[in-house]
Amino acid sequence: MLEVRLHGRGGQGAVTSAELLATAAIEKGAYAQAFPSFGPERRGAPVVAFLRISDGPIRLRCNIVRPDIVTVLDPGILRIVPVASGLKGEGVLVVNSKADEEEIRELTQHKGKVVKVDATRIALEELGLPITNTTMVGALVRALEFISIDDLEGPVRDRFGRLAERNLKAMKRAFEEAQICGAR
Amino acid sequence: MGKRRGLEVSVGAAEAVAMADVDVIAAYPITPQTHIVEHLAELVNNGELDAEFVPVESEHSALSVCIGASAAGARTFTCTSAQGLALMNEIVYIASSMRLPIVMILANRSLSAPLSIWNDHSDAMSVRDTGWIQVFAQNGQEVFDHIFFAYRVGEDPKVSLPVMIHVDGFIVTHVIEPVEFWEKEQVERYLPPFKPISRLDPERPVTMGAFAMPQLFTETKVAQDMATTQSMEVILSAWEEIYKITSRRYRPVEAYRTEGAETIFVVQGSFGETLSVAVDELRAKGEPVGLVMPRLWRPFPFELFRSAVKGAKNLIVIDRAISFGGQGGPLAIELRSSLFGLPAPPRVINFICGLASRDVTVEDFKNIYERAVDGSKAPVFQEDFQFYGVRS
Amino acid sequence: MKGTKELLTWKEIIPGNVILNPGNAREYRTGDWRSQRPVWDFERCIMCGMCYAFCPDAAIFEREDGYYEADYYYCKGCGICAEECPKKAISMVEE
Repeated sequence: MLEVRLHGRGGQGAVTSAELLATAAIEKGAYAQAFPSFGPERRGAPVVAFLRISDGPIRLRCNIVRPDIVTVLDPGILRIVPVASGLKGEGVLVVNSKADEEEIRELTQHKGKVVKVDATRIALEELGLPITNTTMVGALVRALEFISIDDLEGPVRDRFGRLAERNLKAMKRAFEEAQICGAR
Repeated sequence: MGKRRGLEVSVGAAEAVAMADVDVIAAYPITPQTHIVEHLAELVNNGELDAEFVPVESEHSALSVCIGASAAGARTFTCTSAQGLALMNEIVYIASSMRLPIVMILANRSLSAPLSIWNDHSDAMSVRDTGWIQVFAQNGQEVFDHIFFAYRVGEDPKVSLPVMIHVDGFIVTHVIEPVEFWEKEQVERYLPPFKPISRLDPERPVTMGAFAMPQLFTETKVAQDMATTQSMEVILSAWEEIYKITSRRYRPVEAYRTEGAETIFVVQGSFGETLSVAVDELRAKGEPVGLVMPRLWRPFPFELFRSAVKGAKNLIVIDRAISFGGQGGPLAIELRSSLFGLPAPPRVINFICGLASRDVTVEDFKNIYERAVDGSKAPVFQEDFQFYGVRS
Repeated sequence: MKGTKELLTWKEIIPGNVILNPGNAREYRTGDWRSQRPVWDFERCIMCGMCYAFCPDAAIFEREDGYYEADYYYCKGCGICAEECPKKAISMVEE
């Protein structure tokens, strides 16, 4: 089972990111679970969402404390939330940041693999809004083995309708532009 | 079988209500029930569901509308949580006493104060004695299947009672997960049209919900209690039919790895799934431990419960609600009472945790096990219950 | 269906205690509750119908000649008609 924790701000769509990936996995015949850090929805406040993907039924109904992957949707979150808390040493940190690798490692203390992308810029260019949920899914797919960008096309179309095309483009760009920094 | 879809449990629940061809929906929004009702409103608005959606001004009115509609022979649905249920309370009793097969999902949430939108079973336990048939659903699939189950059982003329489906708020309602849909024809075969015993009809007037003198009141209540107890037969056959359609087996008391278990956990709701993982891990270490989940809460399956825990030395009952000043949580009180008088009954060790959605992990369940079986780590055993994970 | 005086067992009760013969309250002789009865003085009565309008039990009826009178099968003897009569044409008499 793969466990992913997503950090973002209320309104940025961390839950949507988790939902898109879960739906894609389920459509492929796998089992998945996506859920928010339950609470009142407050735009701008740091929020967490969770994603589990497995080839068998998932029986866990609790938060993820030892994630395999942590995804950060907002660059500012790195300074206020210990995002890498519990992240497995061999786990992957996927961040929206234009900072260099050193700075990210210093802020998070994560020594494992890092996938970084300037998702805010991509989202602004493609969607005209700094909402990075679909964009960051593109970067996150770089860290996943069994889900491809193509698998996300259906879920994105269902979710975004006429806005799907632009979101898919942002997602593909993030997938391509993401930089992978190997574990130290 | 229908399509397997990845969706939010609330949306799946609403889709099931729509597939059950409900006629009237009346509800007032309250977290964490909202997504269920919002999706139903959307289906009605888009013309995908031919039903009357009544946006009422309170939960008291929501259930009142359902009562009127159900009395007129409509298939009705409502849904609420915590304070909404508390405001509805007066009418909750009336629905069952008038023997109207309304179906309600209770998205379980803590009762205030302090204000909490999160999950526990304090609302569920507040309506224990209201006369509704009550089941706990642990995941999206169970919620989906139990919508059809609830109408089939409630509307059976031998039963004619409302049915409440307990679903943990957020922990289950807000999760996106796979749900296997039923085919339309399967639902139609499983769930015949609602044919009420009596109904409001201007052509053939009757009086419903009238006054009764003390000479009649007790007989009316005994009839209601007998109907509740005797609904077991209909419940079992409704689950058997679900098994034939879906291959999913539902039982009044679910047991997991109880063979040879010296210690058995007893829980309700979403605790069960996480706990089954803890049981697997403890079993892997050779611990003789199992898990029992009373799915059916009312009527309570006493005999089945006693046989499910037969031979166990310890029962670790984990409640998600408090009975202030009482002898533990409501589940433990019920179970302890059901064991009273048995020769050599198991010891009941009651923990209360997970209030207001406080996360309870596999590790927590293993800690609870350790505390329960190792007397030296649990100096408060003489007491009737203990809170787990509380700062002191 | 048993009448109101017969006592049903729990097995005989229609689920939800539904009453199949609506309006059966009409059989109930509330006139038995009366200790005083209203009596009309038709010399004073102006046929205004105030007694008819005020009777809380709808136990006062209009006669063919236009005067009003109580139906003693139902009249509980509350005295409201006598109190409201603008001409003091109704007096309450011990049963």
